[in-house]
Amino acid sequence: MNLLYLIIAIPAISAAILLLGGKATDAWGHLLGTAASIGAFVVGVIAFVDLLAGDEEALRQELFTWIDVRSFHVEFELLFDPLSSLFVLLITGVGSLIHIYSIGYMDHDPRRRRFFAYLNLFIAAMLMLVLSNDYLALFLGWEGVGLASYLLIGFWQHKTSAAVAAKKAFVVNRVGDLGMALAIMLMFTTFGTSEFEGVSEGVASATNATATALGLLLLLAACGKSAQVPLQSWLLDAMEGPTPVSALIHAATMVTAGVYLVTRSSAVYAESEIAQTAVIVVGLVTLLWGAIIGCARDDIKKGLAGSTMSQIGYMMLAAGIGPAAYAFAIFHLLTHGFFKANMFLGAGSVMHAMNDEVDMRRYGALRGVMPITFLTFACGYLAIIGFPGFSGFWSKDKIIEAAFGESIVVGIGALLGAGITAFYMTRMMIMTFISEKRWAKDAHPHESSLVMTVPLMVLAALSVFGGALLLNSWIVHWLEPVVGPEVHHELPLPAIVITLLVSAVVLVGAVIAFLTYGRKPVPSVAPARVSLLTAAARKDLYGDAFNEAAFMRPGQQLTRGLVAFDNHGVDGAVNGVAALVGGTSGHARRWQTGFVRSYALSMLAGSALIVLALLAVTLA
Amino acid sequence: MSVEPYLVLSALLFAVGAVGVLVRRNAIVVFMCIELMLNASNLAFVAFARQHGDLDGQIAAFFVMVVAAAEVVVGLAIIMTIFRTRRSASVDDASLLKY
Repeated sequence: MNLLYLIIAIPAISAAILLLGGKATDAWGHLLGTAASIGAFVVGVIAFVDLLAGDEEALRQELFTWIDVRSFHVEFELLFDPLSSLFVLLITGVGSLIHIYSIGYMDHDPRRRRFFAYLNLFIAAMLMLVLSNDYLALFLGWEGVGLASYLLIGFWQHKTSAAVAAKKAFVVNRVGDLGMALAIMLMFTTFGTSEFEGVSEGVASATNATATALGLLLLLAACGKSAQVPLQSWLLDAMEGPTPVSALIHAATMVTAGVYLVTRSSAVYAESEIAQTAVIVVGLVTLLWGAIIGCARDDIKKGLAGSTMSQIGYMMLAAGIGPAAYAFAIFHLLTHGFFKANMFLGAGSVMHAMNDEVDMRRYGALRGVMPITFLTFACGYLAIIGFPGFSGFWSKDKIIEAAFGESIVVGIGALLGAGITAFYMTRMMIMTFISEKRWAKDAHPHESSLVMTVPLMVLAALSVFGGALLLNSWIVHWLEPVVGPEVHHELPLPAIVITLLVSAVVLVGAVIAFLTYGRKPVPSVAPARVSLLTAAARKDLYGDAFNEAAFMRPGQQLTRGLVAFDNHGVDGAVNGVAALVGGTSGHARRWQTGFVRSYALSMLAGSALIVLALLAVTLA
Repeated sequence: MSVEPYLVLSALLFAVGAVGVLVRRNAIVVFMCIELMLNASNLAFVAFARQHGDLDGQIAAFFVMVVAAAEVVVGLAIIMTIFRTRRSASVDDASLLKY
């Protein structure tokens, strides 16, 4: 289909108009931005229907030759295959809902037009990322979303914390991008191409070491973008951005780009056991790490951010398991996109009502005043903890099942994560919507306007019914052309037992949360005397402290050392030579006495010397 | 005939001139000592010309005389000017041009 480029072009052009148009577009900027996102969604749906109805495995569109320098050849080609199609629908669909929501949320912001321009820029870059047919073009979108993320985290740049958070996100992402850049270079040197197909074919005949290196480099890139341990530290600070940004970029779409990258590179991971195990380890560690952080945070957005890390950990874990679970990684990615965007927007609605208060200890009993937000948030809540029948139940259950198929340790880790998820989400639910009022004196909560609640309702519906994608294993068959047919591992327990086990663990987690927070009043100030684990979780398990001690401080020491070496070593050598020459000449010029007779004496002595030398030569 | 006595005389005259340049302070005397050295070399030139039987040395001696005459003109003019401004003909007093 030759309209594929429109999916990217529409939001990109809209962003350009809004950014270049300046104040002239202030009045209708938000409408254009929203229309552009919906437009991209419509084209995406048309392409999807085309793909669904046609016999072809993928739609392609060659646009132009991007780079052509002797052996270095990159075609700019768009690829709309089953995997891309799901991403396009998620990005533009959820993106459009969040655009609509933002009209209401950013109503009072004087820079609303700019906000929509950045959102459109993000949508365009993200679509570039998932529609490219080449790692280099993917990198273009990859950096584009990083830029948009930076601009949007620091959108309220007058707050120092927001400016610092934006910078932090950018710097941490650079570490991951280094992996991506090196991976692309490695592809060029070993396979001579960075096209998906070329790399898949090349890696099949490459050495195991190459595949491992490629896999680990791509994993590093994925860790940066998807906030996985050890590059997780930026995501919690990224919550400084406006809430719709947190919902769209830091929950539903951009942070899942790492999972997309790993899934897209399935051929690489198929060749390397080590890289695959590394992905599993990263996923498992992150899912527990994020969940533990989520348990201790009182800031509702940071709690949700911890949860996002944890859920992406699940996706990474599934992607690491390989062909048995690629489809479930993407499935969980989609359902998570629905329910997490839903809950973030719900949190935004609550903040909107509570004068931008984010501390859950100042909420409580909001279910009465904000019924729509409460009900939609509850749908997201039930979906994320995996309440039977809700979308999260189907996707998470499949991942835990696959984890048990991989190994019993991984399975237990994933199971434990599900229990902790239930705990912290129940805690959040109780502290925000149930329990007693702990509002600030001047808080007058009210339900948000329809422009904000309608997207909530749509996302709530998707959170409830998103599991339908698994009907007849539709999503598994749909993704088969990209990630290969599903492989069944032998399970240590029957699948139904695992499902029951997951539900039981979830129930236990929820009950513990209820017993801890639901039966007695929640203190409105965080208690200072807490267990070591809680104290650690409040500090993000010392992730920042570690980075500071391991990288920042030594980095500062190194620069200080280099400055000292420069000042004393390099400058010292140069200045020393100059001083030596200066001092010597200072002494030497004393010979210039100004007395004619002393000059005459030196002339005579010199002449005599020459004569003697001549004599010596002649006589010798 | 042997030129040796002339050369010895030339060396002696040169030595006297050189010592005079080094030890005397009066610019006029220094000047005269320089003349003495120039003429000592002239004597050596002429003596060698005689020994070799050609005119090269004599021509060189003429050149030296011409240069010496020009030098005397310029040199005496400088000494006069210095004496007029500083009331002194000592070469050691004119030592401003130094480090």
